[in-house]
Amino acid sequence: MKLRLSPQPLEWIDRKNPLTFTFEGKEVTGFAGDVASSALWSEGSKVLGRSFKYHRRRGLLSFANHDVNALFQAPDMPNVRGDVTPVQEGQMFTAVNTFGSLASDKGSLVELIGKFLPVGFYYRAFYSPKFLFPKWERLIREMAGLGKVDTSWTESRQPKRYRHCDVAIIGAGPSGMAAAIAAAEQGVDVCLIDENPYIGGSLDYQYVNEEALSETRSSLKSTIESMANIQVIASAYVAGYYGDHWLAVNTDQGLIKLSAQSVVVATGVFEQPAVFRNNDLPGVMNASAAQRLMSRYAVAPCKEAVILTANPEGYRAALDMHKNGLVVKAILDTGSTDSEWVEQARQSGIPVFEHATIVEASGRKALQAVTFSVDGVAKQLACDGLLMSVGWAPAGAPLYQAGTKFAYSHTLEQLLPVSLPEGVYACGRINGVFDILDQFKDGEQAGLAAALYMQGKETPELNDYAAQMAHSHPYPIWQHPKGKEFVDFDEDIQFKDLKGAIAQGFDNIELMKRFSTIGMGPSQGKHSNMNGIRILAKLTGKTIDQTGSTTARPMFHPTPVSHLAGMRFRPERLTPMHAFHQSVNACFMEAGNWLRPEYYPSEASREASIAAEVAAVRGSVGLIDVSTLGKLEVFGKDAVELMDRLYTMRMSNMAIGASRYALMVDDSGVVIDDGVAVRYSDEHFYVTTTTSSSDSAYRMIQKKVIEWGLQVTVLNRTGQIGAMNLAGPNSRKILSQLTDLDLSNEGFPYLVMRRAKVAGVDATLIRVGFVGELGYEIHVDSMDALQVWDELMRVGEAFSIKPFGVEAQRMLRLEKGHIIVGQDTDGLTNPFEANMPWSVHFKKPYFLGKPSLMKLKNEQQRILVGFELLSADRNAMPLESNLLIEDGEMIGRVTSIGRSAALGKVIGLAMISIDYSKPDGELHIKLSDGRLVKAKVVKTPFYDPDGLLQKPDEEVHNKEQGAAA
Amino acid sequence: MKFVTCPSLGRRALSEFNYGGRLEREPDQETVSEKEWADYVFYHNGAPKTQIEWWYHRPTGIWFLFERNTLTDRITKVDFANKGISNEA
Repeated sequence: MKLRLSPQPLEWIDRKNPLTFTFEGKEVTGFAGDVASSALWSEGSKVLGRSFKYHRRRGLLSFANHDVNALFQAPDMPNVRGDVTPVQEGQMFTAVNTFGSLASDKGSLVELIGKFLPVGFYYRAFYSPKFLFPKWERLIREMAGLGKVDTSWTESRQPKRYRHCDVAIIGAGPSGMAAAIAAAEQGVDVCLIDENPYIGGSLDYQYVNEEALSETRSSLKSTIESMANIQVIASAYVAGYYGDHWLAVNTDQGLIKLSAQSVVVATGVFEQPAVFRNNDLPGVMNASAAQRLMSRYAVAPCKEAVILTANPEGYRAALDMHKNGLVVKAILDTGSTDSEWVEQARQSGIPVFEHATIVEASGRKALQAVTFSVDGVAKQLACDGLLMSVGWAPAGAPLYQAGTKFAYSHTLEQLLPVSLPEGVYACGRINGVFDILDQFKDGEQAGLAAALYMQGKETPELNDYAAQMAHSHPYPIWQHPKGKEFVDFDEDIQFKDLKGAIAQGFDNIELMKRFSTIGMGPSQGKHSNMNGIRILAKLTGKTIDQTGSTTARPMFHPTPVSHLAGMRFRPERLTPMHAFHQSVNACFMEAGNWLRPEYYPSEASREASIAAEVAAVRGSVGLIDVSTLGKLEVFGKDAVELMDRLYTMRMSNMAIGASRYALMVDDSGVVIDDGVAVRYSDEHFYVTTTTSSSDSAYRMIQKKVIEWGLQVTVLNRTGQIGAMNLAGPNSRKILSQLTDLDLSNEGFPYLVMRRAKVAGVDATLIRVGFVGELGYEIHVDSMDALQVWDELMRVGEAFSIKPFGVEAQRMLRLEKGHIIVGQDTDGLTNPFEANMPWSVHFKKPYFLGKPSLMKLKNEQQRILVGFELLSADRNAMPLESNLLIEDGEMIGRVTSIGRSAALGKVIGLAMISIDYSKPDGELHIKLSDGRLVKAKVVKTPFYDPDGLLQKPDEEVHNKEQGAAA
Repeated sequence: MKFVTCPSLGRRALSEFNYGGRLEREPDQETVSEKEWADYVFYHNGAPKTQIEWWYHRPTGIWFLFERNTLTDRITKVDFANKGISNEA
């Protein structure tokens, strides 16, 4: 049965360009511009998909981008919307959600046991016995979900684009087009957005046969095309409205973030289906779907139709059918519409039954007959199409998201916007305006007002053009003793399911939604929520306004994750030594925004390369680029005061030229940063921060300077200064060849800072011990840093110097038991838990977080301890974040772990309950595979506990911990 | 996304700013009771109101104070944050 009509005046298909594709293995022919559903329908294929739960045969419903039962599977794309996606030559589609095939779907057996699957079944049935749950889960997962994702997909990212306009108009139907022109005439920039490939909206599909409007139509369209200040964004939907008139506009080419000064919402209304027995049979569809099918694709919805209507729109659809030579067997008017329409229908030979009640639709695989009753007398009519025109619900997502209040109008039996936020306007059918000429006027005034508003001009009072009669049936629900009246076509929710949910106490709209899953399918209730609200209101004896509606959150429509992600775009920072790292093929890792060498591949494997770097530092000398450290300079009258207030240690008693570990906590006493502070002069400090927190620490310090009203200047010199750490027993021998500075223990002791020339360049040198060897951190202007680095490498050649990366440094510092903030600490760790009580100087009158630390000091429950693994099994290596278990309870977690070559053991740090922290206490670490391995608590530092190596030839008198770098 | 009209920078996207918490006077550490301190650090009243907030403009590195209504999300005043501001809060 061919259903293609003769050419239609506004059709979207290109008859000169026929094409062929396959559906379920069968060849289908259509034209360029066809969508899969229209091409299939034109060939008489009315079963386009299977329903979600009962696998019932389904056809078209809305033909408005929300036909969830006509989703198609392409090889590379799941859930292609058959009602809107133009089909391409040679495409191969199958139905989604079938077991076997569309024609013979084993899943439909579910329907036979349907009465044992009451509403809320999943929530209630699978709780006990508990051991069966995994079986149920597997079954449900197999049954649930739509479409198959191609897991060998290729990543394709679409950039997010930004766009600015004065007035954004959502929807290019009659009122939207009028609004665009009215706004543009004020000289402002207008963006006109429509989800369809062409503008026109209902003016085209509802009024295609209205001769009197054809001139207006072409004038509107040509005006829009000719006005340079109107940009049409077609094939795009507004996925979300955000503050200050930001619209997320989704297009095939990615997301546009559209910033407007004012917004006109002309999104119109969704036609709502009638609820009656077998209202889901293929062939039963919304009247507007039939009109779209005919006017856009020149495809007849059926050969012989019955129209169920509660408004003039149904009559108009009947006349459109008639005009196309199709048989309209009857118009079933649920009430009595305007006699003019009845007269017109009868003149065209269409019988009209007023005050008719629909009883049921029937047919085996598709609609074959409609049963209705008039005055209590049932009648049956054979037909292959039933067009439903019983009412409308607002396509109100952008309005709701902007904060618009809606109220139910009993005149229109429709929800209407009643209080609009500033700069947001509505027009057209969403405003209840149903007369086409009034829609133009409503659009004009909204467009004008939006333009005037954004120009800061006074806006005129808006006229109310809303219709004075109902265009929706107040309760288009007709129960049948045998059921199968579908309310939600996505989720197969029937009238009885909602009734059951309400009876079980889920009688609030949000509760009913979640329990019954109404409106939770892919169309998000666009064709079910309004009827759901009507049913709930009726059964609970409330009004529609009292019943309320669910929240319409973004995204308005399923939006590809790749569009939301956009292109990866973030800054990448390179250190001054990057050219060197690249020249030796360093393996890079990301550290905040920075690229840092993770290791330098010198050996066959990553592990061997890192081990060689560690060995070089321990055995002779190594050089690491630490330019990524945050570097702040603090100077001014109150510099000392600021340093004392920011850090937990006392800084005011630092001698000039001294360095000190600097630990920062927040108001709650949690460790947020550490570094090394040096004192250049009385009123001048230089302090480092961790790589990742340089920006946030600087920001916070600036804020504190303002809060505390201090006379001090803080400069962020992170990018201006390059830094490197020369470490190892031979480091002094190398450095001495490049500087005149006295490097003897007396001349440059441990933890002291010196300023001198290194390789001819002004440098700040700090003797540090982060990695546990004699070492010098050298800070120079970033322009000179590479030169100094190269010189150190050149001189170091005689000592087999090795550059070392982040991984080697992590191992070296772990052997010393030095923490890394953010790895060994978390968002709750205080200095006592980090096992650094020595870093908190309570005698200071004030510092950040002091009251919190004073309290926390006496309430310690966990502590960072060192441990060594007792198991020698190389296949039982714990990972960071593995848990420690005692008596079946979790007592802590591993924060750092590594195999120490120097010690010949696996060592690590763990944050554990203080009850288990005694030295030599046995611990049990649970591996990722569930096995437990034994470890024991050991004191830190693991390596060189007395710090002899970082202070060679010096007597050990200072037990203060080494400085971190 | 929102826009902020700044006294010296003009109309800027809010995404250029970092939120820095509401303006609040830190209790005197010497005399504060545990409860007062806990209230300051942890217990924030989230009831809708107009409050002064810290906002940091990243491109220029300047701290601003916005007067913002947390219910309507409308920013009614934008000022530079001046030194010693917490004493006036």
